[in-house]
Amino acid sequence: MSPQANSNDQNPVINVAPSPHVFSMGMTIPVMMRDVLIALVPAVGMAVYFFHWYAVKQLSICVLACLGAEAVFTRMRNRPLSLGDLSATVTGLILGLSLPATAPWYVGAISAVVAIGIGKIVFGGLGMNIFNPAMVGRAFVMIAFAGKMAASGYIDPASGIDALSQATPLSAFKQFGATVPLSSLFWGTTNGSIGETSALICLLGGLYLCFRRIAAWQIPAGILVTVAVIGAVANLADLHSQWTVFHHLLGGALFFGAFFIATDPVTSPVTSAGKWIFGIGIGALVMLLRLFSGYPEGVMFAVLLMNALTPLINRWAIPRPFGGV
Amino acid sequence: MLTLLKKLSPSGRSGGSFPGPGTFVHGVHPPQRKELAADAAIEIVPPPEKVILPLLQHVGGPCTPLVKARQKVAFGEMIGSGETFVSAALHASVGGVIQKMAVTTLPNGRHLQAIVIRSEGEQLCGQALWDQMFGGLWPEKTYQSLEPGKIADAIHAAGIVGLGGAAFPTHVKIMPSDKKPIHTLIVNGCECEPYLTTDYRVMVEAADAVVAGALLAARAVGAKKTYIGIENNKLEAVDALRRKAAGAGVKLAVVKTKYPQGSEKHLIKAVLNFEVPLGGLPADVGVVMTNAATVTAVARSVMRNIPLTHRVISVTGGGVVQPKNLLVPIGITMGDVIRYCGGLRKTAARIIAGGPMMGFAFTNLQTPVTKGTSGITILTREEIRRIDQRACIRCGRCVDVCPMKLVPTKLAAASRLKDLNLARKYNIMACFECGSCAYVCPAGLQLVQHIRMGKTLLAAEMRK
Repeated sequence: MSPQANSNDQNPVINVAPSPHVFSMGMTIPVMMRDVLIALVPAVGMAVYFFHWYAVKQLSICVLACLGAEAVFTRMRNRPLSLGDLSATVTGLILGLSLPATAPWYVGAISAVVAIGIGKIVFGGLGMNIFNPAMVGRAFVMIAFAGKMAASGYIDPASGIDALSQATPLSAFKQFGATVPLSSLFWGTTNGSIGETSALICLLGGLYLCFRRIAAWQIPAGILVTVAVIGAVANLADLHSQWTVFHHLLGGALFFGAFFIATDPVTSPVTSAGKWIFGIGIGALVMLLRLFSGYPEGVMFAVLLMNALTPLINRWAIPRPFGGV
Repeated sequence: MLTLLKKLSPSGRSGGSFPGPGTFVHGVHPPQRKELAADAAIEIVPPPEKVILPLLQHVGGPCTPLVKARQKVAFGEMIGSGETFVSAALHASVGGVIQKMAVTTLPNGRHLQAIVIRSEGEQLCGQALWDQMFGGLWPEKTYQSLEPGKIADAIHAAGIVGLGGAAFPTHVKIMPSDKKPIHTLIVNGCECEPYLTTDYRVMVEAADAVVAGALLAARAVGAKKTYIGIENNKLEAVDALRRKAAGAGVKLAVVKTKYPQGSEKHLIKAVLNFEVPLGGLPADVGVVMTNAATVTAVARSVMRNIPLTHRVISVTGGGVVQPKNLLVPIGITMGDVIRYCGGLRKTAARIIAGGPMMGFAFTNLQTPVTKGTSGITILTREEIRRIDQRACIRCGRCVDVCPMKLVPTKLAAASRLKDLNLARKYNIMACFECGSCAYVCPAGLQLVQHIRMGKTLLAAEMRK
């Protein structure tokens, strides 16, 4: 029998669904992605301020290539166009910010296509990927175009931009034992991947992400604390006396990676304990690579390695249920 | 730190004292919308032309009919007897003539045999009915010397089940046991489901009966302490109860308003700071909990020898013309009740037995109100709006709100893949389907529905 209890001539249409019947409307995936974009505004602004049109060019190429790749690949899979969830834009921006300003256009374009295609779509699209897409793209070009992405690739004395005439702080230290003042690392007046140079700017956007609970605070906290502890031990052991624990913290991609790359929810664990393990693991791997490997920096490989461990961490770190032992 | 937290907790503020923290971790804050019906005094619905009384309105075995078609029954006469231990008797909620046995479908999807009574002759109604059910005095001295076993017998005979929604037979719950001695009885007056105001109105308008019923139930289980747990959004009820409880030895535990505070385990945590073990019952930590409306039925059965024939329900939500709280005979059809409230609005889109977080949606208005129906929530298209479904991005918001501290996204995934071992590893059976995870999910996933399916599959496998 249809509901006829109302006196109106037009009957209401009644439907059924399983409980719950009400939903919080505030937070959706596009809103979360929009929040990441908002958090990236300071980093993008700073990149353009320091690297001028190099940054504009690099970021535009990466974002446009990511959007294009997303459109083409989702079409090939006969899936609805997913540009509206903004995730490809986020991937493009983070990828662009993690590349050198001086990398040629095809490096950015190829890394973007790899990031979306091999990093995300082959796994089944957003939510299904194991590895951080931007880092997959970056790792690919780092190996495919080793010369363009290695220490020397960051330098372009002809550019007329101060920062680009120097080596990046981490490689300068690794190669010649030269140090830079901590204040340069803090404000970002050094060479480096275009979004990573200023610890302050990354912290600003990162705190916003944590405040909005888009990024889990446990991950950057785990990374930074671990790097501080291992850096302090290395300091005490006088391994690299000129390069202090504070250089380790403020230098390289650490803040950018801790707040924007490692916190990608898809590729990090879901539980609080898991997030701590994940953060501590990244911090330890970063320091292992920085202190003992041939690479000056280790954030990208550390994140990718811990991404691979995430499914395992999820199974180890099952929380104790209410009333459980 | 802990003492500081204690001081900040509602227990510290309200002056009442109870050992627990006054809340629990996780949970959600859906819009309460209690204002729709909170101030509507309980109205007494006149007896309908017929009532439909399913033989199974509770957890346990169905009752056996004691009447035949065309037989005359008086109001309150027993028409079905609960023969197994976990069962409940059934009584005529109107006087009249028994019709042919019918089959009815409840909102939870069960098809059940039901006794139909066509009302006939003079009926007890209006103020006289109210006076008998809730009014008058509930003097303590009449039951001070009652044996606990006698109380349980009276409850059994009256066919009382939990009126909060789960409908577990009350005599089973309060049966004294040597193995698990009970030290505390908690009356659950939280009513944390949004919209519903049933228990709230009962506590405001019949505080005397609530307190008397609480003392009776405590006496039946041998509890030394009695608390009434109530959320701090129901201050009028707190005042009404405090006046009656003072001096009677019943303490008020005013807890923070948060969904699902009314869950048995979470109210025990908030009031006593005990965690009921996984898969266990409150009795495992020496506690019995019973709902506020249920204890009024207990008081009625013991002190006035009246069976459970009526209950209070809220009819509320944006989709009903006039939200009300009603005293209705059990077995009245949902259609009769909604018509009494002015009918559905044009914008009505969903009719729910219970509240919006855990209630069951239905469309058949011939469905009867049963003992466990705590209300009818009628929501509009706007109220049930949900976000587009997308893939899980493992943001962990469901983990952050799950009051059982489970991992809903993993439970849903394991259920979807029918990986029952994984589901068990993630403690799927601890989920009580409160809906907090689906409420917050930014991907709009039907987490509860998947988990429910997984639980059913696992239960079926365990029976094998």
